[in-house]
Amino acid sequence: MLTQPFMQHALLAGTPIALAAGLVGWFLVLRAQVFTADALSHVAFTGALAALAVGIDPRLGLFAITIAVGLALSGLGPRGQPDDTIIGGVFAWVLGLGVLFLSIYTSGSSGGNGTAAVAVLFGSVLGLSHDRALVAALIAVVCFLAMLALARPLLMASIDPRVAAARRLPVRLLGAAFLGVVATTAAEASQVVGALLILGLVTAPAATASRLSTHPYRAMALSCALAVGATWAGLFLSFYLPSTPPSFAILAVATAAFILTFAPWRHHAVLALVHGRRSEA
Amino acid sequence: MLSEMFSFPFMVNAYRAGTIVAVLAGAVGYLMVLRQQSFVGHTLSAVGFPGAAGALLLGLTAPLGYYAFCLVAALVISRVHHAERSAQAAVVGTVQAFALASGYLFVVLYKGVLSGTTALLFGSFLGITSTQVVVMAGVATVLLTALVILGRPLLFASLDPDAARAAGVPVALLDLLFLLLLGATAAGVVQITGSLMVFTLLVLPAAAARELSCRPGRALATSILIALLVTWTALAVAYSSPYPLGFWLSTLAFGTFLAAKAVSRVRA
Repeated sequence: MLTQPFMQHALLAGTPIALAAGLVGWFLVLRAQVFTADALSHVAFTGALAALAVGIDPRLGLFAITIAVGLALSGLGPRGQPDDTIIGGVFAWVLGLGVLFLSIYTSGSSGGNGTAAVAVLFGSVLGLSHDRALVAALIAVVCFLAMLALARPLLMASIDPRVAAARRLPVRLLGAAFLGVVATTAAEASQVVGALLILGLVTAPAATASRLSTHPYRAMALSCALAVGATWAGLFLSFYLPSTPPSFAILAVATAAFILTFAPWRHHAVLALVHGRRSEA
Repeated sequence: MLSEMFSFPFMVNAYRAGTIVAVLAGAVGYLMVLRQQSFVGHTLSAVGFPGAAGALLLGLTAPLGYYAFCLVAALVISRVHHAERSAQAAVVGTVQAFALASGYLFVVLYKGVLSGTTALLFGSFLGITSTQVVVMAGVATVLLTALVILGRPLLFASLDPDAARAAGVPVALLDLLFLLLLGATAAGVVQITGSLMVFTLLVLPAAAARELSCRPGRALATSILIALLVTWTALAVAYSSPYPLGFWLSTLAFGTFLAAKAVSRVRA
């Protein structure tokens, strides 16, 4: 399996993207901003299709529009966190624009068809070329490192914004920087699992980790590990079950892990695994 | 132009369905916005996609899949409803992503990727049958009756859950009933707008109405009125232009929302 170049490219891009998604996701759950990620993932769809309709590289539109909307959203509310209704209203309209671009693209002379839209919506990780995979991996590593750098101040600003402000942490700026990284990660992840399924790669591992550990850094590490694990397992599954699309397999593994945390025996088996010797003591 | 448009049975059906759907979405959407449940509303709309794809895969009709999946998703989400807000959002997000992923799997298994998927996601108001309209009208009658009966306690429980609980209002039951109502509404709207555009009709008229009036009764009526006007206009424009309904619907609704925001700012 690993000798196939398309699998190597998928792993090369998928692994760092999953790492970034796991870390970003944990903060999204902590800050109750999952809906913002939902909105940005739909913006990613519009961005890619806008670029396709105009006839430029879809990645350009993807990153430019997603990051622009991410930063704009952070300016709409107090502490860089806009109201649900505003987010919903904005992204409903942005999605409408995406539909417009889709119809322009599919009816235009650029030779577009329905496959491109489906690839944008549901991902095409097995179709990445070596260069695209490398660029995606590099951007994902930058996102991950940026999140690591933000982690400590952002944690404080998320848990207790007033104390953080009193300690002269730039709470608003942190919120905006975080949404910038969320948007970049969303644009990245849309290349692996597609715009519609980003939410799962970002939320499911983070939700699982939050249920298994209340210790912030341990939960962050766990969330990253789960996202990477789900990506690997999903790619592996879709390789051996050819009718299963990789994005479905990745999300199925991530969701299964989350459902397992509701199992009655989780306390003994999983918690001991996560906390190591501590829980025995 | 109007008489020409209405000489086509599919446009008559589109208008009938659009009217039913707009009244429902305007009313239920207003309560959704009031209860700050936009994310749940969006998830229940997205669930329509695997519903329809799964039904087609099994050889059933799409509306059956819409109602079944949206109501089941509402039940799943209601299980975690009492949880802390951030944990709840995580569950809702996971449900949505997994539902969409399943929809994609169904479409791939059905091998209908090219033509079917975009129609399911972005709607095709041209194919609404008279049977579909009758079912929609029946469901809408039940839902609106339920809304009228639940109205006052639901409003109380939405605005101040703690006080409502203290006054003996069954808040948990109302939460569940509202989610089912939202799910059934989404399943109705999805048939005309497609599963990605349902949310437009749920959130934007309500958001605009919220800007225009803070009295619940009047805001609810405004929300329904805006939803109706937006749907009627969007259908007419989509009929005579090469661009899809979803674009017109969301653009007109977003324009109304911005106008409402401007009006409320001038008033203040």
